[in-house]
Amino acid sequence: MAKYLLLKHYRGAPAAVNDVPMDRWTPEEISAHIQYMQDFAARLEKTGEFVDGQALAPEGTFVRYDGEGRPPVTDGPFAETKDLIAGWMIIDVDTYERAVELAGELSAAPGAGGRPIHEWLELRPFLTEPPAAITE
Amino acid sequence: MDEVLLRSLIPGVLTVLVRRGADFAAGEDAVQDALVEALGAWPADPPRDPRGWLITVAWRKFLDATRADAARRRREDREGGLPEPGPAPAADDTLKLYFLCAHPALTPSSAVALTLRAVGGLTTRQIARAYLVPEATMAQRISRAKRTVSGVRLDRPGDVATVLRVLYLVFNEGYSGDVDLSAEAIRLTRQMAAAIDHPEVAGLLALMLLHHARRAARTAADGSLVPLAEQDRGRWDTHAIAEGVVILQAALARDRLGEYQAQAAIAALHADAFTAEETDWVQIVEWYDELAGLTDSPVVLLNRAVAVGEADGPRAGLAALAGLDPALPRWTAVSAHLHERDGDLDTAARLYAEAARKATNLAERDHLTRQAARLHVRLDVHRRRSDQK
Repeated sequence: MAKYLLLKHYRGAPAAVNDVPMDRWTPEEISAHIQYMQDFAARLEKTGEFVDGQALAPEGTFVRYDGEGRPPVTDGPFAETKDLIAGWMIIDVDTYERAVELAGELSAAPGAGGRPIHEWLELRPFLTEPPAAITE
Repeated sequence: MDEVLLRSLIPGVLTVLVRRGADFAAGEDAVQDALVEALGAWPADPPRDPRGWLITVAWRKFLDATRADAARRRREDREGGLPEPGPAPAADDTLKLYFLCAHPALTPSSAVALTLRAVGGLTTRQIARAYLVPEATMAQRISRAKRTVSGVRLDRPGDVATVLRVLYLVFNEGYSGDVDLSAEAIRLTRQMAAAIDHPEVAGLLALMLLHHARRAARTAADGSLVPLAEQDRGRWDTHAIAEGVVILQAALARDRLGEYQAQAAIAALHADAFTAEETDWVQIVEWYDELAGLTDSPVVLLNRAVAVGEADGPRAGLAALAGLDPALPRWTAVSAHLHERDGDLDTAARLYAEAARKATNLAERDHLTRQAARLHVRLDVHRRRSDQK
């Protein structure tokens, strides 16, 4: 089994095919979308492939250390930041092919007009612990 | 197995151990171990005397854990065997546990975790799952909390207000993991109300019952939020409402008003209305004025602006809102609502979308996005009609 992170972007991913902001959908289309996402996660729980899923607020703050005895420096949010993560899902699957298949299904979630969003999701493998039995 | 019954025995068992000389931290660990053993053993082999079983097992766990302590061991040898369970603990002892677990030296998250374990009788695993943190993290949070209060003696009453804040926090967590934290908070507040005669404890219990009564109506079948005005009031739990109102009236009769009683009074006025239109908003505004005098929470003034908007019209609501800090949580959502009621759909749609971006939970964000979407649909219809003219 290998874990993959499916990243959804507010900004920074290539534009989706059906690229309409959510508040311009109809309320029914929003409900259908949310239902699709919930069903997807529920199905992956049943197949034993779901690990975690979380959504993030759009605005964040940059923070850095500013030296001994000084409070950290905060900055942002930066409107020009290219990449903005909207949320993630972590899956635990047998193969890379399965991870791609699932990311494709998630990207097919319905959007404006009830048509799939075709949204670009970023698929990132987790770095694993070294195997216990090393074969040479 | 009745897990709630089992949980209700936990604080009493702990106070017995403490009275026998166990310090709070070690005694609490022993009770937790006994609890976990009970959850495993009781379904197949339920004891005749659950409380006696828990005391015996917890005391044995405590002795096992402190066996290295030679002095204690000698004393144990001298006394021989296990001590008798003793009489049922006085309500007073349970109350002291509440105060200790909500001690002001603890952070809110620590106080909540410690209260749920030592008073609520939940396992570390259940608490960890409810708060979505690893079990090891929750175990550490609880042991640190116990170290923090280790010097505090169990013989003095604490501040009721700190305990109520902790119980209120638990209530607001709702249903998470495999534990219904709202129901658990109600149980713990009920237990506290039985142990202490205090109008604000009663006020909080009434408030919880009145809010809990609406829970089934608050979410649609698809999980989306249903605002108060649109809830199917037939789905409100009339038993919980009746109990809440009776408790509240008795508390208010004492003439020692506090913020939980005032909040419960507002919740009771909503419960009184068979339809949203029948809501007595004028009286609700009066209660918000009372509440504003009892607490300096700006959230009260925000909710008051909503009530003013209903009582005196959206313009009055917007005027009340104008005096408040737009950075307040939900300020934008309230503004959107009032603008919609005022007929300014363009502004309302823009503000709903902005409020959705600022929302701090998913259900609220989805709800606000739907509101923006709903107005955009209406605006599009308007535009098409005026284009055709």
